[in-house]
Amino acid sequence: MIEFAVAVGFAAVGLGTIFCLIRLALGPDAVDRALALDTLVVNAVALIMLLGIAQATAIHFEAALLIAMLGFVGTVAFCKFMLRGDVIE
Amino acid sequence: MSGALLPWLGELLVTVLLLAGSFFIVVGSWGLLRLPTFMQRLHGPTKATTLGVGGILIASMLFFLFTEGRLSVHELLITLFLFLTAPVSAYMLAKAHLHRARLDEEVPPTGRPVGWATFDPAASDPDPDRSLRPDRAP
Repeated sequence: MIEFAVAVGFAAVGLGTIFCLIRLALGPDAVDRALALDTLVVNAVALIMLLGIAQATAIHFEAALLIAMLGFVGTVAFCKFMLRGDVIE
Repeated sequence: MSGALLPWLGELLVTVLLLAGSFFIVVGSWGLLRLPTFMQRLHGPTKATTLGVGGILIASMLFFLFTEGRLSVHELLITLFLFLTAPVSAYMLAKAHLHRARLDEEVPPTGRPVGWATFDPAASDPDPDRSLRPDRAP
């Protein structure tokens, strides 16, 4: 039963990633692309957690946490650059 | 995967949480793709994807609790981090959108020379002519 749910989860997160990539390519403004990248990062965290459940190991959590942190810092840096024209003033 | 070790109820609980999380992730990304304006698109990822990742993380916590009998806290750490950072990044993105879109006809004037989304140092300066700090006079 869990194997089925994990397979469905992989398919769903992959579908969401495709949606984010389409928005990343379409995005009329740079803000849309930053939002798409932020959502891609969250999808990547979900994908890594699903991989951890599928392989029944706990070694992927640090990678997921690092990716979540880097995604947040990246989004804030993008927004700061769009707001002020500079990341660190 | 050691599904035989799981009690039936735990397996059902993990499955339901995984399916709910996957559903919310798809809904969030679909909302990001199809909603018409940026402010509407902001809702999909920041709410639904956080719910979805939260569901998958709780499912992972329960999975390792039932299979290995230990309570792992890493997932709670990721959940806490995502719940703390999702509003901040959404706020920053909305601010950047207001700054770039220049919706002069849709938002009221700020009454300042700068727009809605930029910091105005002169408005919040308690000592504009540097009378208190002559060494920092312009």
